[in-house]
Amino acid sequence: MDITTTYLGMKLKSPIVCSAGPLVEKISNIREMEDAGAGAVVLYSLFEEQIENEELELYHHTSDHDESFAEATSYFTEPFKYKLGPEEYLEHIRKAKAAVDIPIIASLNAKSIGGWTSYAKKMEQAGADALELNIYLLPTDIHKSGNDVEKTYIEIVKAVKSKVKIPIAVKMHPFFSSTSWMANELSKAGADGLVLFNRFYQPDIDLENLEVVPNVILSTPMAMRLPLRWIAMLYGRINADLAATSGVYSAEDVLKMMMAGAKVTEMLSALLKFGIGHIADVTTNLKNWMEEKEYESIEQMRGSMSYMNVEDPSKFERANYMKVLNSYK
Amino acid sequence: MERKKVTIDGNEAAAYVAYNTNEVIAIYPITPSSNMGEWCDAWAAVNKKNIWDMVPSVSELQSEGGASGSVHGALQTGALTTTFTASQGLLLMIPNMFKIAGELTSTVFHVSARSIAAAALSIFGDHSDVMATRSTGFALLSSNSVQEVMDFALIAQAATLEARIPFIHFFDGFRTSHEVMKIEQLTKEDMKAMIDEDLVIAHRKRGLNPDNPFMRGTAQNPDVYFQGRETVNPFYNACPAIVQKQMDKFAKLTGRQYNLFDYVGAPDAERIIIMMGSGCEATEETVDYLVNKGEKVGLLKVRLYRPFAIDNFVKALPKTVKSIAVLDRTKEPGAGGEPLYLDVVNAISEKYMASELQFAYPKIVGGRYGLSSKEFTPAMIKAVYDNLSKDKPKAHFTIGIIEDVTNSSLDFDPTFSVETDETFTGKFYGLGADGTVGANKNSIKIIGEGTDYYAQGYFVYDSKKSGSTTVSHLRFGPKKIKSTYLINKAKFVASHQQVFLEQWDMLKDARDGATFLLNTKVDKEHVWDSLPEKVQKDLINKKMKFYIIDAYKVANETGMGVRINTIMQTCFFAISNIFPQEKAIGLIKDSIKKTYGPKGDKIVQMNFDAVDKTVENLFEVKVPNKITSKLQMQPAVSGNAPDFVKEVTAKMISGEGDLLPVSKMPVDGTFPLSTTRWEKRNIALEVPVWDPETCIQCNKCVMVCPHATIRAKVFEEKDLAGAPTTFKYTKFKSKDYGEGLYYSLQVAVEDCTGCSLCVDVCPAKNKKETKLKAINMAEQLPIREQERANWDFFFNIPDLDRKVVAVSKVKDAQFLQPLFEFSGACAGCGETPYVKLVSQLFGDRAVIANATGCSSIYGGNLPTTPWATNKDGRGPAWSNSLFEDNAEFGYGFRLAIDNHNLQAKDLLKRFAAEVGNDLVDAIINASQKDEAEIYEQRERVSALKKKLDDMLKAGANGKASDIKHLLSLADYLVKKSVWIIGGDGWAYDIGYGGLDHVMASGRNVNILVLDTEVYSNTGGQCSKSTPRAAVAKFAAGGKTSAKKDLGLMAMAYGNVYVARVALGANDQHTLRAFLEAEAYNGPSIIIAYSHCIAHGIDMGKAMQNQKAAVDSGYWPLYRYNPVLEAEGKNPFKLDSKGLKIPLKDYAYMETRYKMLTKSHPDEAALLIKEAQNDVIKKWKEYERIAAFEPIKIETNSH
Repeated sequence: MDITTTYLGMKLKSPIVCSAGPLVEKISNIREMEDAGAGAVVLYSLFEEQIENEELELYHHTSDHDESFAEATSYFTEPFKYKLGPEEYLEHIRKAKAAVDIPIIASLNAKSIGGWTSYAKKMEQAGADALELNIYLLPTDIHKSGNDVEKTYIEIVKAVKSKVKIPIAVKMHPFFSSTSWMANELSKAGADGLVLFNRFYQPDIDLENLEVVPNVILSTPMAMRLPLRWIAMLYGRINADLAATSGVYSAEDVLKMMMAGAKVTEMLSALLKFGIGHIADVTTNLKNWMEEKEYESIEQMRGSMSYMNVEDPSKFERANYMKVLNSYK
Repeated sequence: MERKKVTIDGNEAAAYVAYNTNEVIAIYPITPSSNMGEWCDAWAAVNKKNIWDMVPSVSELQSEGGASGSVHGALQTGALTTTFTASQGLLLMIPNMFKIAGELTSTVFHVSARSIAAAALSIFGDHSDVMATRSTGFALLSSNSVQEVMDFALIAQAATLEARIPFIHFFDGFRTSHEVMKIEQLTKEDMKAMIDEDLVIAHRKRGLNPDNPFMRGTAQNPDVYFQGRETVNPFYNACPAIVQKQMDKFAKLTGRQYNLFDYVGAPDAERIIIMMGSGCEATEETVDYLVNKGEKVGLLKVRLYRPFAIDNFVKALPKTVKSIAVLDRTKEPGAGGEPLYLDVVNAISEKYMASELQFAYPKIVGGRYGLSSKEFTPAMIKAVYDNLSKDKPKAHFTIGIIEDVTNSSLDFDPTFSVETDETFTGKFYGLGADGTVGANKNSIKIIGEGTDYYAQGYFVYDSKKSGSTTVSHLRFGPKKIKSTYLINKAKFVASHQQVFLEQWDMLKDARDGATFLLNTKVDKEHVWDSLPEKVQKDLINKKMKFYIIDAYKVANETGMGVRINTIMQTCFFAISNIFPQEKAIGLIKDSIKKTYGPKGDKIVQMNFDAVDKTVENLFEVKVPNKITSKLQMQPAVSGNAPDFVKEVTAKMISGEGDLLPVSKMPVDGTFPLSTTRWEKRNIALEVPVWDPETCIQCNKCVMVCPHATIRAKVFEEKDLAGAPTTFKYTKFKSKDYGEGLYYSLQVAVEDCTGCSLCVDVCPAKNKKETKLKAINMAEQLPIREQERANWDFFFNIPDLDRKVVAVSKVKDAQFLQPLFEFSGACAGCGETPYVKLVSQLFGDRAVIANATGCSSIYGGNLPTTPWATNKDGRGPAWSNSLFEDNAEFGYGFRLAIDNHNLQAKDLLKRFAAEVGNDLVDAIINASQKDEAEIYEQRERVSALKKKLDDMLKAGANGKASDIKHLLSLADYLVKKSVWIIGGDGWAYDIGYGGLDHVMASGRNVNILVLDTEVYSNTGGQCSKSTPRAAVAKFAAGGKTSAKKDLGLMAMAYGNVYVARVALGANDQHTLRAFLEAEAYNGPSIIIAYSHCIAHGIDMGKAMQNQKAAVDSGYWPLYRYNPVLEAEGKNPFKLDSKGLKIPLKDYAYMETRYKMLTKSHPDEAALLIKEAQNDVIKKWKEYERIAAFEPIKIETNSH
């Protein structure tokens, strides 16, 4: 039974990849993931904004009150060196690389071209096998056109690609006016892979305190329908590997994604819910299913249910929606 | 050998040598010496090695007494050991110093000499502390400059090892300890060359060692003690020669020759000044000037003061000497003269009697100068020489002040100056918060290290902790700088805030042709008209150059916020042409990289951007030749202020305190209350503005306001007569105090610090726009005038009658007038809301003992003080004794008050017939348990006093003595509330012994511990209250032990009321605890969570930190009330629900925890885990105590 796959030019022992999240903050968890059979690990995102904020916070809080009062010309003994921002993250990459044999994919969220390229370079130097660019530009500016926004995405990818040799994947969101065109453009700009889809943080309102509150909701199995469709649509039509994320819980989900055309499935919510050991369960179920259905390899089934290979591709198309609704009547 | 030039201050210079040449260092914070310990701790934290290639052991003790004990112990066990201290700290070391000297033990204590608290505390420099140690047997070696501090630190270390006499190496607090100077740094080789290894080994061998045991420290009887004391004589006799020998050895190494007594001046001088300390530098500068003018004057610098080498001293004097002035930087009231003077008289007299004096017996006078860093200038020095020219020079004179009571002072001409054109002199006026001092320290380093120039920086801070102002004095030039005094003829003046121009006459010190740099929002076309008339006049008359920059604009654009330091520094270099512009910018950027590099690329880039943007925003303004302004300087206080405030306080506020004559000063340190209300500081850019529509009248904002600038009142309609049109009020929502009442919430915008804590705690939100609350921050300037009038009107509205206020509810208690207002505490201070609450609840009958620390500084530092009186003239009576003795001090209050009360009752009973049995019984039996009853008691006492007065007038019937006594004691028949207030440094560390004793006494005192978990006032050093995993000074690698549980220790007594409170977590709980503590007739202790700038937090949201601390279980709220035990109940109530969030979620809101994750990530991870375990264990322990069934002990009736 061959469940190996390739992703971003790397040979993975399994299509199950652990996705960026709090679990990967601990090296011991990453080890556990490898032992449970994960094909690769995507680290949590390094946020340029967070690094800058931390620097600013440290700067302000350690120096704002300096030299104001004769008895206390400072309030902190400053260390001669801080391990700031990317240092901590880079150290994490190094430790993760040393701890496991499976590929370590670093994840980056920057807000400036300078940030994207310099941090990407550092991650490569720290030993990351690949990069996942978590490009997160919420288009709130009413004067900025879709074209402009798209251009920025493409520029970022080009800039990073020009600085690093390791493969890069772009975590896309589903809100481009033309997802297919955008996927192709990103691929042309140098993206070796596309991760579908990024889920935006969805704020909620606290009625008691009249405050906007962050509300992180784990994805549900239903969430996989969106990437499933787009992976099926894009498979074989663009020159980039496809990775599925959101709502991948079970072996069945993995199989569906593989058949739609994904190279890997990134898994987070399920691990948070059921623990890292869940990877082993899914892997066993995956193999059992393949054995039962007499599949030899993942490769064999890849894209078999994609837009280009299914009997009725129109079922993936928009009209499909109407028909489904009609079927309830 | 070429040595490195460094630009450092005196403290760093001393610490550098001390660290390198010692094995054990015991420290304790005290201004101005704290920095020496901080340097050593910081170096040890990064494993910096000493000259023996090992890291010295640096330990903080609980007091200077403790530090000296450990020093003594380490010395007795053979380690090279040192410590750093000053002032009261040195005094606490005296007992051990006798021991150390008596046992002939080699050590050097480095002392940044400071005034001793007498009628008032002062942190500034003089020799009072050092002079108090004269009889200990320590050698006293004086340094006069930063270079000398480094040099003498080493000479002292070398000499003590050989002489076996311990040394105090001292230098002037602030003037030398904090003066930044370019000096030559000694190398490790220099230090190794000076320290004789054999002597180090000999020292070690004298240590206690069970393999070669002996005993030291016996008790002796009259038969031998005396002889024992005399055994040391040969060592003292030999000491001066040893010191000279080491000085000579040092000279061979470095080329700098020092002598026991160094004479400078005319070889044939007739008039000589003899002195020690930094004043010698200014005197030498003046002597050079006067000798050049042909005057026969000279200066003898005393280096080794003890042992006083009479022979060397007399030999050092020129034989032409005719008159001598001995200047002492100390005062010994009642003595025949100050110490150095007496030594000089004695030396000359002895030599004269032995017929060994090689000149005629000179006139010798003594004088005092420079107490508490009082300026000591060439003008004053000249006056001293002038005095010596007189036939009968004034003896026992003072110089530098106007002493108009016994007329001891010498007059001087303040315009006399010896400063030359060669030296650049610049004065920079800034705010503490804008980073001016830091920038100037950097500038001095850049100049010092980038040129061959000599460079000096000295920095003056005011005594406020919020909105404080700073003045930087920078000198540099090709000539050695000896000007140890402030600049009064400046070539460059910079005002980093335009508002200063109305407060200080800063151009009065500008030289002709000087340059003036102003940070202003006004553009170059209009700036001239925005200047006060006096400024325009000076700019024209002195033919000055004038530059402007809108630094806040540049700071905003580059993300610097309010930190305009880099921008102003760049302006300075751009204008002053010390370097070509390009080079200057390069040097500034190098310095930025060095300073901010460790703080991240973003910070460096931000500063780089600021530098680049500055030059394009800097403009020269052509000075017109016409005065256009009518704008006058603002008076320091309003015309309505009391006379004392107008005549004395106002002078201090406007920086003219030096001109106040002695006759204006209270003789015993007694000052009136309610003075902060006259100092309108206007430091807040934004202030809270009330929206009556949204307000729910909860008064939470009033409760948390650290400066008592937001207040609520309930009043009748008639009180609105004459209200300004902009005065805001609304219907009072409650009917608790009657029908048809009104409510107003008013902000004293001129006193507000703009911290915004009030807005953060406001629970009411505007229904249309949820970003708005019932109070919102708005720009202060546009509403300043109207709100001044509104405040005045509001202030005069009568307060609710205390008798009817339901004090047990937060909302109601906040209608009580705060008698602690507008203090100089930090914006958003976490301590002052508690202090204010005491003043509201009990202030009109409180006597307060305040430990030295933040609370004594914002509570008692001149010019103005926040403790206030109410309309009846009652208010808290406040005093500060020391740091270490505050519990005992307050306990003394209680003893006296109880004694007075008993005496009064006793006397009262004797007058039952005259004043009436009913009144006497009512007074004696009054329970005074609430405000209404206290009011009634006051009425009764007032009636009693009237009757006693009448009796006196009627002839007293032979009882005049008793009547007078009873009249003087009658006020003590009204219940008094004793409060003992201080921080954790006092309660957990230095004062713990006394605190423990007072708690054990069972007496009715109320102890309030303002727990910031560090020594806040001296800059955040670790105390035993500091939590595990947090960083503090002296615990740079994170504190590795858990916080001491003071509450649990107090509970162990069983009869102590104990409460742990956090206002931000539960204000009602806090209020209840304060009321219960005061009501409890026995000792009470309240441990109050006090957030602090030393935590590295957003002070405007700090109440959220308090809540998180409680929610995490780190800071459990509880009350332990012994009264409940008597009722058969469990006295302990756990009042919060802990363990709701992980400790991390609280801790990492604060830089003190978070920075460890950035500096020592592995240690941080381990410590936070341990700290979390501490929290869980403690919480379970408290839960167990709360669940205890009270133990009932049957008393046996047989």
